[in-house]
Amino acid sequence: MINAEMIKEKYVRNHPSPFCPGCGGGMVLNAMSRAVEKSGLEKEDVAAVSGIGCAAWIPSPHWRVDTLHTTHGRAVAFASGIKIANRDLEVMVVSGDGDCAGIGGNHLLHGARNNIDLNVLMVNNGLYAMTGGQVAPTTEHGEETLTTPHGNPSSSFEAAEVVKAAGASHVARWTTYHMDELIEEVEKAINTEGFSFIEVLAQCPTRKGKKEGMDGLDMLEWYKNNTSKEKDRDKLYVGTLADIERPELTQEIYRQIEGFRGD
Amino acid sequence: MMNPGEYFIEGNIACAEAAMKAGVKFFGGYPITPASEIMNHLSDELPKVGGRFVQMEDEIASIASVIGSSWTGLKSMTATSGPGFSLMQENLGYAVMTETPCVIVNVQRAGPSTGQATKPGTGDVMQSRFGSQGDYEIIALSPNSAQEMFDQTVRAFNLAERYRTPVVMLADAGVGQMREKVTIPGEVEVEERKRPTSDEKEFFDTDDEDYVPPMPDFGDGYELLVTGSTHLGDGTRDTASFSAQDRLVRRLVAKIEENRTEIEDWEEHHVEGADLVVVSYGSMSRPAKGAVQKAREDGKDVGFFRPKTMWPSPEKRLKEIGKNSKVLLVELSLRGYRMEVERCVGSEDFYVHDRLNSLPTIEEVHQKIEEVLR
Repeated sequence: MINAEMIKEKYVRNHPSPFCPGCGGGMVLNAMSRAVEKSGLEKEDVAAVSGIGCAAWIPSPHWRVDTLHTTHGRAVAFASGIKIANRDLEVMVVSGDGDCAGIGGNHLLHGARNNIDLNVLMVNNGLYAMTGGQVAPTTEHGEETLTTPHGNPSSSFEAAEVVKAAGASHVARWTTYHMDELIEEVEKAINTEGFSFIEVLAQCPTRKGKKEGMDGLDMLEWYKNNTSKEKDRDKLYVGTLADIERPELTQEIYRQIEGFRGD
Repeated sequence: MMNPGEYFIEGNIACAEAAMKAGVKFFGGYPITPASEIMNHLSDELPKVGGRFVQMEDEIASIASVIGSSWTGLKSMTATSGPGFSLMQENLGYAVMTETPCVIVNVQRAGPSTGQATKPGTGDVMQSRFGSQGDYEIIALSPNSAQEMFDQTVRAFNLAERYRTPVVMLADAGVGQMREKVTIPGEVEVEERKRPTSDEKEFFDTDDEDYVPPMPDFGDGYELLVTGSTHLGDGTRDTASFSAQDRLVRRLVAKIEENRTEIEDWEEHHVEGADLVVVSYGSMSRPAKGAVQKAREDGKDVGFFRPKTMWPSPEKRLKEIGKNSKVLLVELSLRGYRMEVERCVGSEDFYVHDRLNSLPTIEEVHQKIEEVLR
């Protein structure tokens, strides 16, 4: 029976949380834990890799699996090494939007191109929260942030669309308002043999909410009212963006190795 | 993989073969002159011995993949040259901080920046020691022949496993791309990393005399916390306390410093009581040694000293030499090892013959020896 108490007991370390009140990070942790539990995976077969930033702290130190908390932007590259070295491990990457699509953008592109069997959760709060709320590659044009006090002169990109174009097997977008869908999507990602990318819009009440007069709950309301599961011009689409079969890097490497083995 | 025997091969091929002998099972890399032959060879051969080869999107990703792989228990390596080595610096520091065994081969070329890609140089000596931010110590080896590209690659893996640390192979284009006779032995001595016994929970601190904590693999069920941030013995991040920073960083430095007599290695000839000792390393040490031999044939009392570990440097031995003899450093760069040798032997009676781009003739070095002795 999956319930909050057993999820906390089994998956969350007894460690003081560094997250601000109302942060979406804990909800992502909850969704990942429930998805792993539902998938039937053993915890020791799960490895979690993260980079630098608030989102990187979701698995490290909270998640009770093997965790590798790495350098800024490089989580997908570290995770690729783990997966290629030991394909029996289910490798999760948790990365913020700046970490994943900014400094780590090239690794993200090539992870998707290789279609390597990783499950990447890009936790998108639309700015660099840990360092005070600077502009990110996901910040809307014109938006004021700590480093765009006169409005963002550059424009954002749709990371999920970019990853889809680069060839990932599985691409989706949800928000922390859509917990049931998110859990189901992470489970789908685990069961996908190939690069899975889930963008999770997650509220940052401290750096983003405060300047817009919203608390965590208001931000969840905002996600509810401004997203749509139908393609709707005025709302952000949430749901599956890509679900395709393509050769997966790790299996291809192992197939070549096995070709040399004793036959 | 080559059968035991004698071969006429490039140093880079000898390095790749040695890695397989030492048990490498993962190579992640990115092409760069003059190191590419290592990855070219391993891309063909490594799968045949059950190893994983992957060409990554850049050198940052290459070393990242190597570190990730090492945490699953595989001996892992990458190979690069100057520009790629620069890109690897941040994650090299991460490997130091997380105590991840791995081997990074830097086949040095002439710098700075893109420099001369096909020409040898040894300008990365200080970078290999100080290139990543913060306080740390590293092990860096210096081969001077294709045979040593083999022998020292094996040693690099053994030291990485023994001390749970990245090890840099500081080769240069001279030894990497030179073809000469290499003897490949049947078996080599291979070390494995210290593994935890069942009751241990601390993999980032130890009271062991060698300062090396045991290292489990991902997938062993330890629910590991591995982080490049300052951490406690159980891996828990502690980014604020004095005690965590002090205990961890002092141990990381002590792990190399206090074991330096076991790590240090050098070659020396006729050093005792010599009027002059020529200090040289890497491919440059070949003409330097020839010049020493020529001077001795002329009846001059000249010795020869070649560090095989650049870091930790053979500090104690260099200090003894500096006390008793004049010292002439012969190197293929202007700033390569100069500061360290001068620090050890002292500025008095310290001479340098430096050269860029290519190896000198024996005659050129010999003239310098004569000049110093005059």
